Amino acid sequence: MTFLELTGIQKHFAGGVVAVDDFNLSAARGEFVSFLGPSGCGKTTTLRMIAGFEQPTAGAITVDGLDITHRAPNQRNVGMVFQSYALFPNMNVAENIGFGLKVRKRPKAEIAKRVDELIALMHLEGRADRYPWQMSGGQQQRVALARALAIEPQVLLLDEPLSALDAKIRIVLRKEIRSIQRQLGITTVYVTHDQEEALSMSDRVVVMSDGHVEQIGTPSEIYNFPSTAFVASFVGTLNLVEAGVIDAGTGRVAVGGQEIRTARALTDARAGDRITLALRPEGIELGEGAAGDNRLSGMLADIGFLGSIVRLRLTLPAGDSGIAREIFLDMFNDPNLALPVVGATVTVSFQPEACFMLTGSVGVPVPVATEVGAEV
Amino acid sequence: MTMGGANRLGQGIEAMQGKASLTPSKGRKSPLRFGWWLIFWAGVLYFFLPLLGTFVFSMKSIPLFSAYVGVLQDPKFYGSLGYSFIVGIITIAVSIGLMVPTAFWVRLRMPRARPYVEFVTLMPFVIPPVVLVFGLISTYSHAPLPFTWTDMGSTALLTFGYVVLSFPYMYRAVDTGLRSMDVQSLTEAAQSLGAGWFRILFFVILPNLRVALLSGAFLTLAIVVGEFTMALFLARPAFGPYLANLGSTKPYEQAAVALISFGLTWIAMGFIALLGRGSRSRITVTGAH
Repeated sequence: MTFLELTGIQKHFAGGVVAVDDFNLSAARGEFVSFLGPSGCGKTTTLRMIAGFEQPTAGAITVDGLDITHRAPNQRNVGMVFQSYALFPNMNVAENIGFGLKVRKRPKAEIAKRVDELIALMHLEGRADRYPWQMSGGQQQRVALARALAIEPQVLLLDEPLSALDAKIRIVLRKEIRSIQRQLGITTVYVTHDQEEALSMSDRVVVMSDGHVEQIGTPSEIYNFPSTAFVASFVGTLNLVEAGVIDAGTGRVAVGGQEIRTARALTDARAGDRITLALRPEGIELGEGAAGDNRLSGMLADIGFLGSIVRLRLTLPAGDSGIAREIFLDMFNDPNLALPVVGATVTVSFQPEACFMLTGSVGVPVPVATEVGAEV
Repeated sequence: MTMGGANRLGQGIEAMQGKASLTPSKGRKSPLRFGWWLIFWAGVLYFFLPLLGTFVFSMKSIPLFSAYVGVLQDPKFYGSLGYSFIVGIITIAVSIGLMVPTAFWVRLRMPRARPYVEFVTLMPFVIPPVVLVFGLISTYSHAPLPFTWTDMGSTALLTFGYVVLSFPYMYRAVDTGLRSMDVQSLTEAAQSLGAGWFRILFFVILPNLRVALLSGAFLTLAIVVGEFTMALFLARPAFGPYLANLGSTKPYEQAAVALISFGLTWIAMGFIALLGRGSRSRITVTGAH
């Protein structure tokens, strides 16, 4: 059942700048939704409209059936965690956490009890009397989260809360945030430009670009079945290759003069159309593969070591289009891994399910920037 | 200069000496080091010589210290100083009440208006007090707002004039304080927790402006206590006219009063430094002339 609903949200700034255009989202109670996209895509503006810091130009925001579109921020019961923590410098940890309850004129004993509970939940024991400047970034963000949770908000909003922290603390904190969110069952909207964060924490991800929604789906759907070239290029690493349709009904296509097939029929395409095929590097194997697998041959152009992953770059023959295509494949690093030499002709294989046609890609040339294993 | 200030200066010089000793000219006296000391002592002399001269002059009265005794026994001294302090405190309160919400709102919602507000607050540097006071007198000495008809009205008019004079100091002090914090995030954080504008201003913004406000308040007090022109033309029993009047009849006492008021200023500075201790912000005295 829908708990948080954004309907037809638009935000236009002065000078005709469209920050958010026709944004629709329905989030269930207790759901963790992430807004993912590059800087300037409108994700923070949308979050700020939910918080009440920005007024939508058009559209409505409802929480639990109640229209809050035009309510002041302090009348919404929405908790917010900021990238810069925004802890009150004149207050210690306990005072910061208890601020919202004090505003609500709760009894002192109740405030103290709630503050103690949250301090324990956030593993901040013994730090109640410390001031923000006496704490590390990670500790400050825990306090900010505790402060937002103290008021028992209907919706929790997090605006890139981990981006100012170092990598290790980020990983620890994102696990904790998710764990606490599950424990409390609070509906959460999380803004990030870090795809790993969005995919690892969320029930659903909203991928945004240029103020509009590109795709809404589970992390698995977003990663494995991106619906647009933008999502495919923004989330993970993807090979985008141009292919000529041989038989749309059976999913037979030609890539660099070599025939392969997709698992699904190419419903939007016809024989002779040129389409964009997406192929995940980790779905490709070196070698002939099993019977029924697709196979492509080409020259091994490069081998890159990325720690636990070894990335191979393969150049395919030019084929009908006259343009040579490159694809990447990833293999787990193994000291005993036997790799062909650079310059050798190799065959790679992948299951038909590992390649799919991007929606709306019929007749659209593969973007130059993403035609060879786009990575963002 | 406070003892803390002297210590810091000493540490600064030691640091400079340490730095100088790391240069290749180690082992012989660096000309750079000598230059620093020369500047330091020139500064000390520039600051203390006038004070020393005033003190020596005040001691010429016979018997010794009679100028100081005379001043301290003069009820007009306490009356004028007390009057100026009270007017100064009211001025500070009104000035804070005007400047904090203005600077806060400009920073939060109207950043484009900032140059205009700054321009307006700088007007007291351009318009001399004598012009200001004549403007006030000509406007408020007749109906419908005949302020100058009563003592209370004249004092109120003087206070309004001082509030205008305090604009450059108070606005800059507050603006500097606001610049040292993320006003927008703090405001939004408080709003998301349910706070209204009053609570945000008084419980979130103002406490973090403590040192900035003290700086502005001190400068305002110093201006009010030493101001002469406006108090004279409004015929108010303030400290400035008292000091000037004293000089025409009792020059030794005037020198003594000047030193006493200087001592009071130092005490006020020490008081600000004391209140500012423990705060992470440094005392920033801006716009001082």
